[in-house]
Amino acid sequence: MKLGASEIRGVPSAGMLCSGRELGLSEESDGILELPADAPVGKPFAPVIGLDDPVIEIAVTPNRSDCLGVHGVARDLAAAEIGTLIEPGLNPVRGAYPCPVNVRLDFGDTPPLSPLFALRMVRGVKNGPSPEWLQRKLKSIGQKPINALVDVTNYLTFDRGRPLHVFDAAKVKGDLVVRRGRAGESFAALDGKDYALDETMCVIADDHGVESLAGIMGGASTGCGADTVDVLIESALWDPLAIARTGRALNIHSDARHRFERGVDPAFTIPGLELATRLILEICGGEASELVVAGEVPERDLIIDFPISEVKRLTGLVVAPAEVKAPLSLLGFWVSGHGETLKVAVPSWRPDVEGKADLVEEVVRIIGLDKVEASPLPQAQSLAAARLSPVQRRARTARRTLAARGLVEAVTWSFVSRQQATSFGGGKPELALANPIAADLSDMRPSLLPGLIAAAQRNADRGSGDVALFEVGQTFLGDRPQDQRMQATGVRRGTAKARGTGRHWGEQALPVDAFDAKGDALNVLAALGLSASSVQIAQGAAPAWFHPGRSAALQLGPKVVLGAFGELHPRVLKALGVSGPLVGFEITLDALPAPKAKATRAKPPFEGSALQPLSRDFAFLADRDTPAGELIRAAQAADRKLVTRVDLFDRYEGPGVPEGKVSLALAVTLQPRDKTLTDARDRGDFGTDRGAGRESHGRDAARLTAAVVPGLTRDPEPTT
Amino acid sequence: MTDLSELSSLETQLLAEIEAASDEASLEALRVAALGKKGSVSEKMKTLGSMDPETRKTFGPALNGLRDKIATALTEKKAALADAALDARLAAETLDVSLPVRETGLETGRIHPVSQVTDEIVAIFSAMGFSVAEGPDIETDDYNFTKLNFPVGHPAREMHDTFFLPQKDDGSRLVLRTHTSPVQIRAMEASKPPIRVICPGRTYRFDMDQTHTPMFHQVEGLVIDQSANLGHLKWVLEEFLKTFFEVPSVELRFRPSFFPFTEPSMEVDVRCRRLPNEVRIGEGDDWLEILGCGMVHPNVLRNVGIDPDVYQGFAWGMGIDRIAMLKYGMPDLRDLFNADARWLAHYGFRPLDFPTLAGGLSS
Repeated sequence: MKLGASEIRGVPSAGMLCSGRELGLSEESDGILELPADAPVGKPFAPVIGLDDPVIEIAVTPNRSDCLGVHGVARDLAAAEIGTLIEPGLNPVRGAYPCPVNVRLDFGDTPPLSPLFALRMVRGVKNGPSPEWLQRKLKSIGQKPINALVDVTNYLTFDRGRPLHVFDAAKVKGDLVVRRGRAGESFAALDGKDYALDETMCVIADDHGVESLAGIMGGASTGCGADTVDVLIESALWDPLAIARTGRALNIHSDARHRFERGVDPAFTIPGLELATRLILEICGGEASELVVAGEVPERDLIIDFPISEVKRLTGLVVAPAEVKAPLSLLGFWVSGHGETLKVAVPSWRPDVEGKADLVEEVVRIIGLDKVEASPLPQAQSLAAARLSPVQRRARTARRTLAARGLVEAVTWSFVSRQQATSFGGGKPELALANPIAADLSDMRPSLLPGLIAAAQRNADRGSGDVALFEVGQTFLGDRPQDQRMQATGVRRGTAKARGTGRHWGEQALPVDAFDAKGDALNVLAALGLSASSVQIAQGAAPAWFHPGRSAALQLGPKVVLGAFGELHPRVLKALGVSGPLVGFEITLDALPAPKAKATRAKPPFEGSALQPLSRDFAFLADRDTPAGELIRAAQAADRKLVTRVDLFDRYEGPGVPEGKVSLALAVTLQPRDKTLTDARDRGDFGTDRGAGRESHGRDAARLTAAVVPGLTRDPEPTT
Repeated sequence: MTDLSELSSLETQLLAEIEAASDEASLEALRVAALGKKGSVSEKMKTLGSMDPETRKTFGPALNGLRDKIATALTEKKAALADAALDARLAAETLDVSLPVRETGLETGRIHPVSQVTDEIVAIFSAMGFSVAEGPDIETDDYNFTKLNFPVGHPAREMHDTFFLPQKDDGSRLVLRTHTSPVQIRAMEASKPPIRVICPGRTYRFDMDQTHTPMFHQVEGLVIDQSANLGHLKWVLEEFLKTFFEVPSVELRFRPSFFPFTEPSMEVDVRCRRLPNEVRIGEGDDWLEILGCGMVHPNVLRNVGIDPDVYQGFAWGMGIDRIAMLKYGMPDLRDLFNADARWLAHYGFRPLDFPTLAGGLSS
């Protein structure tokens, strides 16, 4: 918010009158905040009302539960020689009478969820607002003071990292039992909500039933209020995993849960209770009972053999023994020994420290990570090894190839909507996210096409419908690692043809067609070492999301499917709510054959014939549904040595060609190897397009024709 | 008999006629009229035979000279006429070469910044001897968490807002990997030390706001051998960052932190200057958190059967999208996955700008 001088209803105003709520000072908003009459004009506001206390926010990492209290932070600062840690002495309170409420840990033969539970009564307290100093401390960290008893527990949570709980003893019936929850049991918590419990959760119950969700939140029925006279103070330890599990299951984020699931200092359980007793006696008066303790403090006597050389081994930093001992001691570790190996005992509040590496971290972070000098990593053993796998190499080649053909690379989400997934061969239940971030990002994509098609449509909606997009990325056929494939996929929309986009003075703006996509696909394959002649174009074999008549699969033999190309199926486009013209292709980079291990990089010798190649034209009259590709293949197969090139240079149907037929014209390039082709061989063997009579002499021409699908005849009158 | 003056006037006349010829046809007529069988010069040549030797001595060279001169003049004139004719044709043949050609391939195609930056990263680390390792996006809980020293049920797992796949009959759930660290586990399982790999790839966390997307890209690095220490890690990161950001030097600040799979763990800040539309790395008085790193936790090494008292190593991880945005001044992460052709044309890279160390990373 920025305040400035302005005019309001014709009256100049140099500021704004604010309520406490508008300034974020209170929840109430009952009018403008009034300042004392002697408030100095022109001075900053915060100091006047005593809110200029700096706030230091500490992002405590999950391993450092000891720093979830001010005391732990102070200890760490002292170890870094910022101040001195004050450890107040703590005298236990002598109980004046036995605690009238007993406690029992009852987990039967199941693993216990609590090792220790301590309880004490303070009778005759006077509960009310806590003193100013306590309220101020709580408010300064954003906590709301409630009443003295509750405030004491909250104070110790933040001051010492020791969550406690107070029960109003008058509302507790009988003894307390700490046990597992029961399926069907429900619990009314302090936050006013009811929670359904089960046997994975730990509860504290009395004769009425569950009174507290252990270590997470107290119950509404036994909470302390202004009328509380006798209070029961609880200090306990809980199984961190059970706390975490329960908190997650019930979605309760409390300060107690936050600490218990990360680990509180077990050795401070009883001292924490004593500290709370003292504060309550001090503030609320009353008389304390003796302690009731169920269970015992779990022992974790971890002593680590710590060679000082470990610091150098892991960090490169050379340290003297004193430099190791001092910070560890200040952090509360007990260090003994004088040689190269120290014995280090881990304090009870450091559950994160397990071994040597943890101690190295403690030493180095206190000495200062900036003391570690950068030192060059020794050269790798070999420069020669390839750093990329074949599929990684293919992916980068495919990327640059497609970009060089004018397509623009996109990166789209790995998840698509259920409908998109289903339309492109996916939608398996095992690939649907249990917790999708949005309904349209619910399923792992089976293909890159839906993402690219949607992207093309978004561009069209923005007014640029002539787009050519591609993506090289992972798709998922199942949930196993081997079901993940790397694909190179592209779409072209509108007039975004391979030879140019949009209107142009020299050429018509034609819509994209299947051949643009075919060109893209074959270019990728060519860049990856597969020539167009080695790839089969399997018409009718493309996946169902392509137009059945204007698409094909790309195959190597009957088994290896490299991909597909074509127009997208109109029904799929309609279902996705997108408009065309739209063509696309998909290449599965993992499907390409693995590169053959070669003994040599040398290529076979070049054979450049000194003899002139010849070009001869042939025209064929074929059934309309005869694939031209087969004719070309047949021509190539007629004499693999002699025929070096076959170009289909004309395709004609219409007047002059019988109904249902098509005229296909081939230019066949013949490369003589040893001697010039004699006229007889040249003309006789291969025929010309001049006469059927001569053709009959041609052995190879017969082969050429016979190899082509049945029903094919030479077109007696070529169209060119 | 002819005298020499007659020859001289014939020469003058023929040369004038040749000079005056306006096209190849009239030039050819002139050639025939002079040098043809019955041409004026040829007729004179015929008279040489009947001359007495004295006269022939004089007339022979003169006639030959005349014939050569005329022939030369004809040739030259012919060439001149041809030149003129070509000039005239060319003058009529101009194209409006300002007409545009169609933009194709290399002009319109673009590489996505994430791919380009990944290639830059690979170029740098491959020179340092790192191979590129990859793994599946759909991972087991074991690889994504447990083997990386995230205890089951531990709150550290909640640092990662995980996407889950449906629960299986045995109660297990696959996850979308929340980091590329499981690839490190797979790399350590697949080969024996020494190991140097980087693991670039897609990662997923349940998060969507201005600076988070549910899918993003990470690159992690891993070195395992018998001597790799924190000093080496610092050097690797410094070398990488200055090479990547193409600046003469970088200054790094290592802060202690926590990751379950490293011990010690650190977060790394880099010195920078914040400008309105960009962040300059390697200068200024500001700091920017850029990556996390540490020495591989002994538990992680044990989990893959490597003895942590014999082998050691370090690992680091950073966001590819993030360093791409920093280097190339892209303001909003979400734009990276929007496939807006205008944005891609603006921030994308030309197809043949392949990053290499030899050629300088970016052009």
